[in-house]
Amino acid sequence: MKAWGLLAVIIAATVIADLLQSHEMKRHGEIHDFRPSGLRKVLSKLAGKRNLILAVACMAVSFFAFMALLQVADLSFAVPASAGSLVIETVLARIVLKEHVDSRRWIGAALVACGVWLLAL
Amino acid sequence: MNPRLRWKTRAFAAIVIFSNAFGNLSLTWGLRYGAGELTASPLSFVRAIFSPWVSLGICLLIAWMMSRMFLLSWADLSYVLPVTAFGYVLNALLGRLFLGENVTPARWAGTLLIMAGVVLVGLGNPHTGDST
Repeated sequence: MKAWGLLAVIIAATVIADLLQSHEMKRHGEIHDFRPSGLRKVLSKLAGKRNLILAVACMAVSFFAFMALLQVADLSFAVPASAGSLVIETVLARIVLKEHVDSRRWIGAALVACGVWLLAL
Repeated sequence: MNPRLRWKTRAFAAIVIFSNAFGNLSLTWGLRYGAGELTASPLSFVRAIFSPWVSLGICLLIAWMMSRMFLLSWADLSYVLPVTAFGYVLNALLGRLFLGENVTPARWAGTLLIMAGVVLVGLGNPHTGDST
């Protein structure tokens, strides 16, 4: 029961973090410069973004819950089960981020979700 | 999509997948064999974080987070999520090989389904451009 409670916390925090992160990174635009100086510039620019700070906070919550989950459940359960967020995120990517999700992606995401469900049995 | 962007996308997807799987393995190893039991006290988490395997796991997971952020700067979330889901398969494999976990036939069947989903999504374009 403790494991499922921790899992619910992980999924909720992950969904919020991913949506915020994707939204902010899209606003920033594609990163071209991967030299240390370029990366420093990008990181210092991103460090002040409120959505990314919130995303990192949600990731921290998710991470500490994940650490606790790893002590009470198998790795081969904990990681796949936490992917329960995937279906919710694909739906929200379409609704909130207005991404175009074609039928191939829907089918692929559905297969992944079914696989994740089987892994968690 | 131009070939440069396609290769950059694939390279970053690989970094995301492997840093996550080996980060989780290191974290689990550390939490089971060196970090002591986690309690409601934040101190137990702090103590665990500074144990060697957990620290290594956290470093790899930071690399995972950064590479994933970069990938999301040009690829759609609905592409990144399923493609990097191959990491779930890798996690199950590492759990079986290094942690001696009992991975049931249902879990292996799930692994195959995930791989099929990943291949299907990976054949598509990671950047849809126009949002509707």
